[in-house]
Amino acid sequence: MAYSDKVIDHYENPRNVGTMDKDDAGVGTGMVGAPACGDVMRLQIKVGENGVIEDAKFKTYGCGSAIASSSLLTEWVKGKTLDEALEIKNTQIAEELELPPVKIHCSVLAEDAIKAAIEDYQKKQGNKDEAKSA
Amino acid sequence: MGSELSRNFFELFDLPVAFRIDRRDLAERYRILQGLTHPDRFASAGDQERRLAVQKAAQVNEAYQILRHPLSRARYLLELQGVEFDGQRDTAVDPEFLMEQMELREALAAIPAAAEPLQEYNALVARLDDSMRKLEARVAELLEQDTDSARAEAKSLVLKMQFMDKLQQEARALEEALLDTH
Repeated sequence: MAYSDKVIDHYENPRNVGTMDKDDAGVGTGMVGAPACGDVMRLQIKVGENGVIEDAKFKTYGCGSAIASSSLLTEWVKGKTLDEALEIKNTQIAEELELPPVKIHCSVLAEDAIKAAIEDYQKKQGNKDEAKSA
Repeated sequence: MGSELSRNFFELFDLPVAFRIDRRDLAERYRILQGLTHPDRFASAGDQERRLAVQKAAQVNEAYQILRHPLSRARYLLELQGVEFDGQRDTAVDPEFLMEQMELREALAAIPAAAEPLQEYNALVARLDDSMRKLEARVAELLEQDTDSARAEAKSLVLKMQFMDKLQQEARALEEALLDTH
C-alpha cells in the first residue's frame, strides 16, 4: 500500500506537534486510541475569549496516516469556532489525504480526538461557570 | 482421528473452553496433533483425504498461534461467547489509560538519548511486563464469572492489552536498535 503525497508531506513535516498545559482552563485535551493497531493520539486546542480556536497541538504515536490525519486536523481547526470545528467529518480528512479504505479508521480517530478536546474544554468552562454562580 | 474440522480451537486441542491454559500442556498437545496431521502420513492416501489433512494441519497451526498467547486467546474466547470486536469503531478507551500509554510511549522514545539507555530500557520493559501480567490476571478472573457484565469488562481489558502488546512490540524494536549501536 502506497501513501499519498499529502500523507507523506504531513508525516515528514508534521504541523503543530507539541504539548499544551492540560490544566489551563482555556485548553481542551482530547485523548483517543485505536486498540486494533495500538495507536494513541492526543489533540489539544487553546480557545480564546471569543470562542475561537487560537492554537492547536497534537502528539500521535501511530502509523503515517494517523500522524497525517491529526496534523491536518490541527491546521484546519485553527481560527474556527468550536461549532465549526465540530462539523469537520472524518470523511473530509480521508478525502483530503486520499486515505485507502484500510486507513479510514485513522481519520475516525482524528475526528474523535477533536470532539473529545472540545468536550473537555466545555466541561472545564461549565465547571468554572458553576463555581462562579455558586 | 476424525477427518472433519473441529468446531473451535479448544475442542481441536481437546481442552475445555476456558481461558486458563497450561502452556506446556498446550505445546505438548500441539506436537502430537502436528504429528497426526503431517502430510507425510498421507503420502499414499487418496486426494480427498490428503486435502482434508492439509486443511486440518493448517487449522492446528492457526489454533496453536491463537491459544498460546493470552491476548489472542482471551479475544478468541470472548468472540466464541458472542462478544464482538470492531477494529474500525472500538476507540472508546478510558482517557486515564490513554494518558498513561502516551507517557509510556514518550518514555520509550526518550530512551536512546538517556545516559544509561539499556538500564532505562530494562526498567521500562519490566513495567510493561508487570502491567500486562496484571491485565491478564484480571481477565482470567472475569472470564471465569460467565456473566455479560464480566464479559464486557473483559473486552475493555483485552483492548487495553492490545495497546500494551503494541508497546511491547515497539520496545522490542528499540532493543534491537540499542543493541546494534552499543
